[in-house]
Amino acid sequence: MKKIVLGLFIIGALASATIIQNSEGRSIPAADVKTLDGKTINTSKFSNDGKPMIIDFWATWCKPCKKELDAISEVYGEWQKETGVKLIAISIDDSRSSGRVSADAKTHGWEYEVYLDENQDFKRALNVGDIPQVFIINGKGEIVWQHNGYVDGGEEHIFEILKKVVKGEKITE
Amino acid sequence: MRKNKLGLINASAILFAVFYSNFSVAQLNLNTINNLNLGEVHGNFQANAQYYIPDSTIGAADVPEKMLLNGFANIIYTKGKFTAGIRYESYLNALQGYPTGYKGNGIPYRYATYKSDELEVTVGSFYEQFGNGLTLRSYEERNLGLDNALDGARLKYQPFKGVYLKALVGKQRTYFTTAGLVRGFDGEIQINEAFAKLKDKKTVVTLGGSFVSKFQTDADPTLVLPQNVGNSAGRFEITRNNFRINGEYAYKINDPSSDNNFIYKYGDAALLQASYAMKGFALSVSGSRIDNMSYRSDRTAQITNLLINYIPALPKQHTYCLLAFYPYASQSKGEMEFSSEIKYKIKKGTALGGAYGTEITVNYSGANSLDTTQIKGTDTKHLGYSSNYLGVGKEIYFRDLYIEISKKINKTWKGTLVYSNQIYNKSIIQKPGSPTIYSNIIIADITYKLKATSSLRLELQNLQTKQDHQDWAYALLEYTINENWFIAAGDLYNYGNEESAKRYHYYMGNIGYMKNTNRITLSYGKQREGIFCVGGVCRNVPASNGITLSVSSSF
Repeated sequence: MKKIVLGLFIIGALASATIIQNSEGRSIPAADVKTLDGKTINTSKFSNDGKPMIIDFWATWCKPCKKELDAISEVYGEWQKETGVKLIAISIDDSRSSGRVSADAKTHGWEYEVYLDENQDFKRALNVGDIPQVFIINGKGEIVWQHNGYVDGGEEHIFEILKKVVKGEKITE
Repeated sequence: MRKNKLGLINASAILFAVFYSNFSVAQLNLNTINNLNLGEVHGNFQANAQYYIPDSTIGAADVPEKMLLNGFANIIYTKGKFTAGIRYESYLNALQGYPTGYKGNGIPYRYATYKSDELEVTVGSFYEQFGNGLTLRSYEERNLGLDNALDGARLKYQPFKGVYLKALVGKQRTYFTTAGLVRGFDGEIQINEAFAKLKDKKTVVTLGGSFVSKFQTDADPTLVLPQNVGNSAGRFEITRNNFRINGEYAYKINDPSSDNNFIYKYGDAALLQASYAMKGFALSVSGSRIDNMSYRSDRTAQITNLLINYIPALPKQHTYCLLAFYPYASQSKGEMEFSSEIKYKIKKGTALGGAYGTEITVNYSGANSLDTTQIKGTDTKHLGYSSNYLGVGKEIYFRDLYIEISKKINKTWKGTLVYSNQIYNKSIIQKPGSPTIYSNIIIADITYKLKATSSLRLELQNLQTKQDHQDWAYALLEYTINENWFIAAGDLYNYGNEESAKRYHYYMGNIGYMKNTNRITLSYGKQREGIFCVGGVCRNVPASNGITLSVSSSF
């Protein structure tokens, strides 16, 4: 029992760091991902001409991920008009299902940039655990907000944050 | 019973106390580092603790420690082109059903990387995949305890635009130690980037090749074993407008091992995937032929230990409980697999499409044995069998016919209906001598939106089979209270068990809190004995009963 409590303590101490949302100023880490036509792209080169970006981790087998991307897709035009945002969808499907990624993206009518992260190098570089996970990047290329999991209607929160980012407000949550 | 209850309360109290008492400890360090602009520190963390209650009816064993815990934390430090990271892992002791090789605490994963535009150098632990993984894939599935990270050095270099080279040497991780010796090289050329003339062509072509060699001394008293075993592969990918095709072929020299009963036959694997996708319609087909392709750092390693390569299982990956009851796992010894899928979205505004459109998915996939002929022989270098390359073996390993209709009816209602018919050759996939299982599965998944971020979701599932434990039903009700809180309750019921005394209920209740990237879930309930799969790798998990606390976060 003592051992267990000690172990929990050590891990708990590490976990404490998570409470600080200390991500401002962080730039997108470098990892190699692939486009749907097989080209290699360095993720640190993602940009949107000084406008914000959303990076969303998903997979063809992840229901909530696809729900989230569908929900954003319905209002994406509006969001783009108001904030100029670009959404980058990172699929973590491996070679079992990476062949079905473009099928999913296109039938759903997603107008996002879609990349493959087959061995999860980019996912690891951003410390993503279970998916979906969303990152918001400001015009300077800094990660200012991140969120794990999706509940129906959760996209509204993303939009609120985006609007603040465009106004140059500091994201404190 | 009273004692149990007290223990339960105790355990959960300790879990919470420990978690909450620690919140302020690490704050200082991080802030100081960031203010001095010495680089950035980020990480993530996850811990799962379970308090076990014995339950002899479902076969949940008495766990002497009462409580078990798995946890890990990744810490990554970045400054410019330099990155270094560690993962602290803790198994005190490992959760039930987890590989028993994980014991105690340690830092089995640590690395340093320098990455510029053309060059990337890594020393320490790393994950890598060549092509589809047929020659090499080191990766992690933390939820299963699978981690075959390489420990050594890796170089990635881009000598010209569109040309990518990788070279690596390493030992392979097995629990808290490393074993074997793996050397690998991979080259890829993206034709349209490499040749300026082809830059704007609609047809995009990528070619690649890899070579991997493993070394293990031959200490066998009777057999003469190859000490260096090479595995090489070539691959291509072509896309044009909505069409995409890619394939890979791998060839491995003779590699006698406990997986193949020490035969001297070569191994080979072929994989082909094609898809055509446009707005509202997509067709994907894929197939593979795998023959004697198990490839490990140690000839005698078993289960998921020390695997160097990866054989993708092509059938559809399921997440609904009863659909994933009898999941397929690829058979590196030999198999032929296929998968075909049509997706069609009926336009909105039509009679069948309604206001939001209707999405239909039909998937048919499966696997068979190879068409093989045994070769008789008792010499110390016998080939074991020969296989007819284009022939399909008669034995069915797996089939899945899957039909899904998904529809958003209006702003408050949406739902998914699924029918699936599966054939599962338990004798091949799980346990020799078991009967083949034929099952029919029906699922309804309905979501009702109450308010902006508040909803109710109901899952009803039914599985019917005459084999194994016969019929099952599953119901789950999930209430998302708001963006931060959810509660769920479910029951898995073996209502059709031929032995009426074994018609068990497996209840489960969950409460979860999510905020940004923090997630805390507390659950109480029973888990049936069964196969638990993540990422195409499956593990047998024993029955259990108890409370589980899961905490995860990233920063």
